[in-house]
Amino acid sequence: MSAKRNYGALYAAPQGLWLLAFFAAPLAIIVAYSFMRKGLYGGVTGELSLDAYRALANPSLLAVAARTLAVSLAATALTLLIALPCGYHIARSRNQALRLFLVIVPFWTNFLVRIYAWIAILGNEGFLNDFLRALGVVADPVQFLYNQWAVVLVLVYMYLPYAILPLFSTIDKFDFTLLEAARDLGATKPQAMGRVLLPNIQGGVVTAVLFTFIPIFGAYAVPLLVGGKDSYMLGNIIADQVTKTRNWPLASAISMTVTALTGVAALAFLYRSRKPAPAPLEGQGGAS
Amino acid sequence: MKGSDVAVSALRKSFGGFEALKDVSLEIRKGEFFSLLGPSGCGKTTLLRVIAGFEDPDTGIVAIDGREVNGLPPDKRRCNTVFQNYALFPHLSVFENVAFPLRLRKVPNRLVKEQVRRHLALVQLESHAGKKPSQLSGGQKQRVAIARALINEPSVLLLDEPLSALDAKLRQHMLLELDQIHDQVGITFIYVTHDQAEALSVSDRIAVMDGGRVLQVGSPQEIYENPKSEFVARFIGDTNLFKGLVVAREGPIARVEAEGYGPLLVEANGEAPVGARVTVAVRPEKLRIASAPPPRHAEANVFRGVVEEPVYSGFQTKYLVRGSASAAGEAELAGSGPSSSLSVLRQHAQWSEGVPDIRWKDEVYLYWSARDAVVVETDARGGKPPEAEAPR
Repeated sequence: MSAKRNYGALYAAPQGLWLLAFFAAPLAIIVAYSFMRKGLYGGVTGELSLDAYRALANPSLLAVAARTLAVSLAATALTLLIALPCGYHIARSRNQALRLFLVIVPFWTNFLVRIYAWIAILGNEGFLNDFLRALGVVADPVQFLYNQWAVVLVLVYMYLPYAILPLFSTIDKFDFTLLEAARDLGATKPQAMGRVLLPNIQGGVVTAVLFTFIPIFGAYAVPLLVGGKDSYMLGNIIADQVTKTRNWPLASAISMTVTALTGVAALAFLYRSRKPAPAPLEGQGGAS
Repeated sequence: MKGSDVAVSALRKSFGGFEALKDVSLEIRKGEFFSLLGPSGCGKTTLLRVIAGFEDPDTGIVAIDGREVNGLPPDKRRCNTVFQNYALFPHLSVFENVAFPLRLRKVPNRLVKEQVRRHLALVQLESHAGKKPSQLSGGQKQRVAIARALINEPSVLLLDEPLSALDAKLRQHMLLELDQIHDQVGITFIYVTHDQAEALSVSDRIAVMDGGRVLQVGSPQEIYENPKSEFVARFIGDTNLFKGLVVAREGPIARVEAEGYGPLLVEANGEAPVGARVTVAVRPEKLRIASAPPPRHAEANVFRGVVEEPVYSGFQTKYLVRGSASAAGEAELAGSGPSSSLSVLRQHAQWSEGVPDIRWKDEVYLYWSARDAVVVETDARGGKPPEAEAPR
């Protein structure tokens, strides 16, 4: 027996067991279900089949998938557009702690409560309509809720902090004299931002995109509560298949496809924006 | 002569309650290597940033080639800056860093290549064009920053403590190189530094700053040999300062009764009338040190003391000599107070002076000519307290 034993496996065991029981095992069940046939009254029969995957080619399902992608891309882009100046402002401000605190405050309120808060604001009897009517801008309430726009708006609101925080932390590490250098060398303000700031905070942008795009792509509660029938997203279809139609194999197949697609997309995105491998150091100290 | 002249007048700039510049006026000539020298917080970097366009002055005018540039953003001024921390773009190669200003102007690729190559050659970095800044040494980064700042062919180059991050040897080397680049491109250099040795060695003229003001402007020799204030005398090089009252004048020679030292002879050129309170400076290298009393001379100042601290540094030794009480009959000698002390430098250029080695605790005589002492400050009201002047 060697004098020095490696306890790494032992230390990792609790985490490993946890992940095995609550991540790997359920995932395996979903994978297995997706290859089975739907039972008559829900559940699955034991026979293996590709029926569920064949059912994916359903045009209405593909339309929802396309819409989900469009909504996710739009919401992510909007989030990024708001989060970038926001993160920049926090990084350059003197009172970072207060501003970061304000970004985090919404997390103290439950996710669903915050969605209902939006309903209270945007509803036909909501604050916004009351306000507009009081001003005399409109006579009848405007239908703000239950459409695509409401979904995008609330999704952006929900995931904004997840984009602001990584962007802030990268911009905070950015050397702002580089912007002065760019200006000094003839760049206008927008040129300095585009050519010097953005390339140097790429890591933060990638993180922000992943942190917003992935959860938005799987969104369920937001389209359910503030969207209409025409703003259903894949998450809602999956829920319906599980709870209403009780087609578990189809629900599993959609889940697997979403997981696989987002996984591949995220990896491709990470690969494309990876840092170039540092070339070996040479010619050091050549003060000749 | 290439380059521009730069003039600032009555500049003021405050940050919150802190006044970084208090009424600064300067004229910098075309093609000059001009240094702004002062301790940290003296306003020299703020002045540079005002000239570059990064800061707007609260009041006052900045003019380049006689044209007011107040309010013009940095990208519209014909000056470029070499930053203290180099500020190289980490995501771009050395080549693209230098090419950055050309890319902004959409210069055709062929011309970009040609110009970048020429500027990299100027700083001897042709072979490093493909590297990223993180792969370069400090001195190399510095050179990339210089090449990048020069590629727009500015008429003024602003350098903000460009050598402060380099080690002493490399600093000397880069300083010479900067001087050569200045000779080659012939444009105006405005060089900010807190290092008086750097400023003295390369500048055509120096402005010494302190507390947001310019105290003195002049050639390195003028600044060193004829400091116009106690601060300048102390800040530039090493110095011995005496304070006292002028008790007599014989032509250009003033006799000063220096506090803690005794009588002192200074060549004063009329700037120190009898009764004036003056500050006199003598550079340590102007003093001579000997074990025996020097031959009597009318203009000579003599100080007797004990070597307290010899500091040997190869080419020279610096002695700190503390005054010792004069023996009877030597009342003419300065240095009667044991609280007074002087520093003296002895060069070891000619070791065959025949002077025996001077050691710790040795009794020595220091002497210097009245011509080597300068009056740096004069207060004509004399040593009397201000109330004495009040009208009766």
